[in-house]
Amino acid sequence: MTPREISYAEAIREGFATALERDPRVYLIGLGVPDPKGFFGTTTGLQQRFGADRVMDMPCSENGMTGIVLGSALNGMRPVLNHQRLDFALLSMDQVCTQAAKWHYMFGGRMKMPVVIRMIIGRGWGQGPQHSQSLHSWFAHIAGLKVAMPATAHDAKGMLIAAIEDDNPVVFLEHRWLHHVTGHVPEGHYTVPLGSARLARPGKDVTIVAFSYMVLEALDAAARLAQAGIEAEVLDYRSLRPLDAGTLLASVRKTGRLVVADAGWAAAGMSAEMLALVAEHAHGSLVAAPRRVCLPDCPTPTSPALADHYYPRAGHIVAAVRETLGLRADPSDLAVSAGVELDKPNPAFTGPF
Amino acid sequence: MSSSVGADLGLRLYELMLRIRLVEEAIADRYAEQRMRCPVHLSIGQEAVAAGVGLALRADDLAMGGHRSHAHYLAKGGDLRAMIAEMHGRESGCCRGRGGSMHLVDLAAGFLGAVPIVGSTIPIAVGLAFGEHLQKRDRVAVAFMGEAATEEGVFHESANFASLHRLPVVFVCENNLYSVYSPLSVRQPAHCEVLDQARGHGLLAHPGDGNDPLAVHALMTDALAHARARRGPVFLELKTYRWREHCGPAFDNHIGYRTEAEFLAWKERDPIATFEKKLRAGGVFDEVRVARFIERQRAEIAAAFAAAQAAPFPAAATLMDHVYA
Ligand SMILES: Cc1ncc(C[n+]2csc(CCOP(=O)(O)OP(=O)(O)O)c2C)c(N)n1
Ligand SMILES: [Mg+2]
Repeated sequence: MTPREISYAEAIREGFATALERDPRVYLIGLGVPDPKGFFGTTTGLQQRFGADRVMDMPCSENGMTGIVLGSALNGMRPVLNHQRLDFALLSMDQVCTQAAKWHYMFGGRMKMPVVIRMIIGRGWGQGPQHSQSLHSWFAHIAGLKVAMPATAHDAKGMLIAAIEDDNPVVFLEHRWLHHVTGHVPEGHYTVPLGSARLARPGKDVTIVAFSYMVLEALDAAARLAQAGIEAEVLDYRSLRPLDAGTLLASVRKTGRLVVADAGWAAAGMSAEMLALVAEHAHGSLVAAPRRVCLPDCPTPTSPALADHYYPRAGHIVAAVRETLGLRADPSDLAVSAGVELDKPNPAFTGPF
Repeated sequence: MSSSVGADLGLRLYELMLRIRLVEEAIADRYAEQRMRCPVHLSIGQEAVAAGVGLALRADDLAMGGHRSHAHYLAKGGDLRAMIAEMHGRESGCCRGRGGSMHLVDLAAGFLGAVPIVGSTIPIAVGLAFGEHLQKRDRVAVAFMGEAATEEGVFHESANFASLHRLPVVFVCENNLYSVYSPLSVRQPAHCEVLDQARGHGLLAHPGDGNDPLAVHALMTDALAHARARRGPVFLELKTYRWREHCGPAFDNHIGYRTEAEFLAWKERDPIATFEKKLRAGGVFDEVRVARFIERQRAEIAAAFAAAQAAPFPAAATLMDHVYA
């Protein structure tokens, strides 16, 4: 029997249904959670099934609602707060970073904050400067938060359930361009532990570390490199905090080469953290300077003419790998196949959001 | 509408509403071309607010808006070609293609920016008024906002500060009953009026019919006089209704968050058709003038699209431009 394949969005919905079924303390809240569009299909039907006191809408009040959700968690509930864009959650940074992240520690371990704050990272079709910020590295900076950023449907469901069952605040990040991607997802309850990296493809010549959507591009890059006889190892860093340093270090000790592909910016970001870990703990293993494939150091432009040059693709990863191997650059790496529109998550997409 | 001044105002309000409608219908009609590759939030059905406010403003007054601000931009005198080019992602756009439909600006017209984070321009518009106050000038700032923005804490912080210093700002709140697909009933208590939130901060607050351009114009004229005389900020809650989907060109009454009957009842109160009837009844509707106006508008809109589609995209080499001043 072939394993069951469903989309990432469906996997999230199943994860929610499983958690809601198993634990009456779990509830979902957020702008548009029960609406007809179902939060990109990730909450469709849940209110009908579990009721309006467990799956609910909220006022347009991200900051206050975050604190309210925290208070309910202190008082026995296990909430999941949902934001259709990470950018909207930025209104609540005191509650997330200075409150949720700190309460367990600063009250001497007496209180627990079992909340999940879910944020979608937008991309393409003019999402532009204010609907596409990939600020996962901010959250990874903060002790007391856990940060999950699954790249596959399997991990989306398993990590979501793990996040809901965790007694700490978890920032759960989903890239909008992963929602339609399908993969094997077991039925029923299972968890993928927070804090572990995933070996997405074994290899011996170079380590490619990738975050979120960039895992897809990295796997594409690895497939292309394989045709040239280069065996790339791809690591899916689905957990940003706690960070599984061991997997990175073991891989780099084996390959001696490192390329990090992040869906966010390079400066002071996750890619810098990965390079720093290697510099501190495995610098003797590197046989070439490491490379980073990240967003250019500017806000996201809306015009497709600029956005097409903004988001790195598999070809950029291939080019970076060639550099670490001392191979000559091949301009065809960055060629775009005829008919491909770079500002769409898939060919069926026609806008508007 | 017996005096010629009144007749002229009536026709100008009518024409401005019509211009906004024609522009937005053209955007809707042409969206499927996939050449405007960004989200679009249309104000079709809500034109009376923008028109009434726009014609009450002094040319040098200032305004800011949000995600649904094509109408506000046009009513403030924003350049049509620059807006259509912006939606097409061109270098000739009002943000040089960096922003798209949700980011509009026309400094010459005093439209100082629209952004799609709900509530975010409210404090910045209050800051414009603070700037007038500090420099002892008499321009008024307008913060266009949807009713959902009153749910954001930043609205309350901004209203408090504006009230504290009697800043010359008018909050123009379009209450179209929904935030995306969420009705007011899941967002605000049924026994409270949106308006009362402003009153709590000591703002002068008035309700109004957001589908009647003349009523909006009269309210706004008084609000501006009040604010300009430094008697304090004003909040107008104008009830109206969005006809199309929250984001995009289509109608969406079938998806289940509102009823076709509710839509039809509001459509019955179409701000443009209703006002045309009023103008006709008052004997001031000028067939020839309006026919010519429509013809000119259609030509101007077609030219704006043609110019946008022929305009160059921003060059890849300019990606890193404008990060710092
Ligand atoms: C801070 C923030 N939260 C949520 C959103 C998502 N959002 C975009 S438009 C919108 C609706 C706001 O409703 P309202 O202010 O009433 O304006 P309307 O769309 O009805 O014109 C929402 C919630 C956002 N852009 N910014
Ligand atoms: Mg509204």
